[in-house]
Amino acid sequence: MAEVIWGLATSHVPSIGAAMDRGKTDDPNWKALFDGYAPARAWLAEHQPDVAIVVYNDHANGIDLDFVPTFGLGTAERYEVADEGFGRRPVPDVIGHPELSLHLVESLIDEEFDLTVFQELAVDHGFTVPLSVWTPDPGDAWPCPVIPLLVNVIQYPQPTAARCYALGQALGRAIRSYPEDITVGVLGTGGMSHQLAGARAGFINPDFDHMWMETIETDPGQLAAMSREELIRKAGSEGIELIMWLVMRGAMDDRVTKVHSDYFVPASNTAAGIALFDNRNGQPA
Amino acid sequence: MTLSSLSAPVRERGTTSMSTESGAGRPDLPGTPIFDGDSSRRGLRMNKLFMSLRDAGNRERFLADEAAYCREFGVSAEQEKAVLDRDWQAMIDLGGSIFYVYKLAMMDGRSMQYLGGVFTGMGEDDFLAAMRAGGRRDG
Ligand SMILES: [Fe+2]
Repeated sequence: MAEVIWGLATSHVPSIGAAMDRGKTDDPNWKALFDGYAPARAWLAEHQPDVAIVVYNDHANGIDLDFVPTFGLGTAERYEVADEGFGRRPVPDVIGHPELSLHLVESLIDEEFDLTVFQELAVDHGFTVPLSVWTPDPGDAWPCPVIPLLVNVIQYPQPTAARCYALGQALGRAIRSYPEDITVGVLGTGGMSHQLAGARAGFINPDFDHMWMETIETDPGQLAAMSREELIRKAGSEGIELIMWLVMRGAMDDRVTKVHSDYFVPASNTAAGIALFDNRNGQPA
Repeated sequence: MTLSSLSAPVRERGTTSMSTESGAGRPDLPGTPIFDGDSSRRGLRMNKLFMSLRDAGNRERFLADEAAYCREFGVSAEQEKAVLDRDWQAMIDLGGSIFYVYKLAMMDGRSMQYLGGVFTGMGEDDFLAAMRAGGRRDG
């Protein structure tokens, strides 16, 4: 059976990728963010999974507003890196894992999570920035095949936090029921508090973010009980995308071991968070 | 009228039926535009226009005749005016999604901090300074 060995929660702000692509990681406005990634990156480099799943949302690049799937999963062999308007990021295309994808689709639909299935999908910064946070220098290829799991967070009504958490739990069961003995890393992306439009643009809520960072480890069910309104009020209209961390967390065991976390303001107009959890219970790191 | 907001959320592992909202409508929070189904319906043509600007050829055609390009996409007269005037707040009010509107801003060489300066009325420099100082707070 397959096993989730780690979960990584991280912001996916485009400017984090741009800072890397333009060699600005030592810039005074960015250095502390990237220094904060270092311990997680070092640990991840020692714990390479066979497959990764990235829970993310698209930002007007891979999908349009013609179709707004609440949840979607890619089943392709390859995902092209999207050109978001000014040339694609200089990072490799993504190799998928169709066998695991198809198993996940079947298991999740059997559990009544009626996902939209993507055979073709260009992945944008929401997907590639987390991969870069994990693997800053991928060379010609990312470290392993990666499967996209899409969540609608940009058009209200987003799925509830509870539904995201439950999806994550079903995802964990689906992974564990995969017949091959492979290891899986799950990335939950987005957040932390931020708001891009309106008179409240620039809103950041460090108290909320710290509570979220702590509770995602210790009592994710408590976060899953939050309403959309509460999330938008406390985390900002775009901070609601933190619900994607709950999909990642749900796929892990009740008890996880935190490897590293860090918090940085601002990455663009956003509070950037990273949290890495070891899911190999009872095993020494 | 919904009672669901009064009921305690269910938190058992594996539960799938919990909701703390049930179509009671989008939250109404000060200074916080919510991009919902109505906005999306209203803004569909304009958001499609914004998305099309990912393509260099489309950007060229847009810049050559912005009004004609707006008509080609079938945006409303108000939306066309907002686009031509670069009235960012109006674009949001008329159904623009910030992620789509941002495509036009990027084409103009404008940053999200510039837009933040517009939406808050602070101007880009003060907005950026506020972000670097830890971001803005409520109240
Ligand atoms: Fe996002």
